[in-house]
Amino acid sequence: MIKVENLVKKYGNNYAVKDISFTVGDREIVGFLGPNGAGKSTTMNILTGYLSSTDGYVEIDGHDILEDSDAAKRSVGYLPEIPPLYMDMTVKEYLNFVYDLKRCKLNREKHIMEIINVVKIEDVYNRLISNLSRGYRQRVGIAQALVGNPKVIILDEPTIGLDPKQIVEVRNLIRTLGRDHSVILSTHILSEVQAVCDRLVIINKGKIVADKPTDEITASFTGSSRLEAKICGNSKEILSAIRGMQGVAKAEALAGHEIDSTTFIIESSPGVDIRKPLFAMLASRNWPLIGLTSLGMNLEDVFISLTNDPTKSPTKAISRK
Amino acid sequence: MSAIYKREMRAYFTTGLGYVFFAVFLAITGFAFSMFTLQYAAGGQNIDLSMYFLIVTFALVVLLPLLTMKSFAEEKKSKTEQLLLTSPVSLIGMVAAKFFAAFTVFAGALAVSSLYFVVIGIYGEPNFGSIFSNLLGMLLIGAAFIAVGIFLSALTENQLVAAVSTIAVLILMMAVSMLNSFIDSEVIRSVLSWISVYSRFTGFTYGLFDFSALLYYASLCFAFLFLTVRVYEKRRWS
Repeated sequence: MIKVENLVKKYGNNYAVKDISFTVGDREIVGFLGPNGAGKSTTMNILTGYLSSTDGYVEIDGHDILEDSDAAKRSVGYLPEIPPLYMDMTVKEYLNFVYDLKRCKLNREKHIMEIINVVKIEDVYNRLISNLSRGYRQRVGIAQALVGNPKVIILDEPTIGLDPKQIVEVRNLIRTLGRDHSVILSTHILSEVQAVCDRLVIINKGKIVADKPTDEITASFTGSSRLEAKICGNSKEILSAIRGMQGVAKAEALAGHEIDSTTFIIESSPGVDIRKPLFAMLASRNWPLIGLTSLGMNLEDVFISLTNDPTKSPTKAISRK
Repeated sequence: MSAIYKREMRAYFTTGLGYVFFAVFLAITGFAFSMFTLQYAAGGQNIDLSMYFLIVTFALVVLLPLLTMKSFAEEKKSKTEQLLLTSPVSLIGMVAAKFFAAFTVFAGALAVSSLYFVVIGIYGEPNFGSIFSNLLGMLLIGAAFIAVGIFLSALTENQLVAAVSTIAVLILMMAVSMLNSFIDSEVIRSVLSWISVYSRFTGFTYGLFDFSALLYYASLCFAFLFLTVRVYEKRRWS
């Protein structure tokens, strides 16, 4: 559905995107993952025809984005990072405008009603966009991308700035969209793509670092599981006891503000589950374990393990999954 | 293209900008009309419409930039241009839609102000040929001003910068002809009069249909609209 070959975008002498190639299949949800400034938005802007590439080839649904740009643009619905909304219009007027702009041939009434049902904006349909909350504006932005029922939907950081409940709703919405469309979404939140995407394209400094099915990428990190444990007792004694356990690769105490307990970050050797022995050891020494959490990997950890950059320690950044 | 045109027209009258333009334009033209025609006529003098149209032209220098200032600057600021540029609409269509929307509002206001001449026609015998050629000249000069304003609006995302720079450029284009009387060199004079928008207008004030002036204003208009398209093309490729 989407074919990108050797895409290059230069700004002056700086490469925003450097030789990127990937494909997206029919009805596939692909996550575009990377830190800020990695080249995600630039790539998406090229795919949608907003920018032109310095070099390389982009094909959308069989149409070259440069040679046959009208047809290619017609097969793409795009939600940019900032939803392109006209504040002086109501949702109804705006969606009708987009319908005209995209020269949509479907039944106007029926098509727009379907869209507002899918993104759940019926109750604000007649309100001015400038009066809508951030979450609703984002959904109107997604609605705009769906007008004309394009085969490809490109969403640039669709959940940014939303509250947790709205994030879950938008993720569910994206999963629904994936049944009928090819979807590319960009994000810098790892758990987001894990929840939604079939495949991940990880990009850093304008280059693709990994392009694999989501479960494969997730699986390759389960080996080094990290725990956060909150234990009462003398922290130095506890730390040396934990370090002395079998299967513990690394352990450190976090300087905390608790009165009688300390938080430890414990990293186990690949393939070893140390939770049970840890509990048994602490029980035998009469150190109450008052909290135990598994830590997920965050994006930085993923990059470090994918790029094998030994200068950075993965334990520096800690995130809760 | 028609979708963008319709949206622009709507925006002029939902944001109030269109009404403000109509009101101020009609107030200025109404005042100028009563001052330079009715008062003169009451004093028994011959009515000379050229003064009226000169004042209207100067009003356009200040008012038309208000119509064009937001056309692209606002789209850029609110990032809505991303929607337009990723839609199956050509750049030429996009620029033309913006131009024609502003031109429609201007032409509408000019049409309403032309009712003054109908009133004269009822009570007197004005030279309608001269009035029509003057109005035609107004339309042409207004179109050229709008094209300049749209071009400058595409260069910035600040509406105020767009408006002020447009006014400055238009004043310069108007002032060139006045500067001419102070210059001795024949060569410089002819060059200046070539870029001077108002010196072309004199034919219309005498009631002449000046085809070369029509061509001049039309090409000025096309040149600035073409430059606007180029601004967008360049941004895409750089």
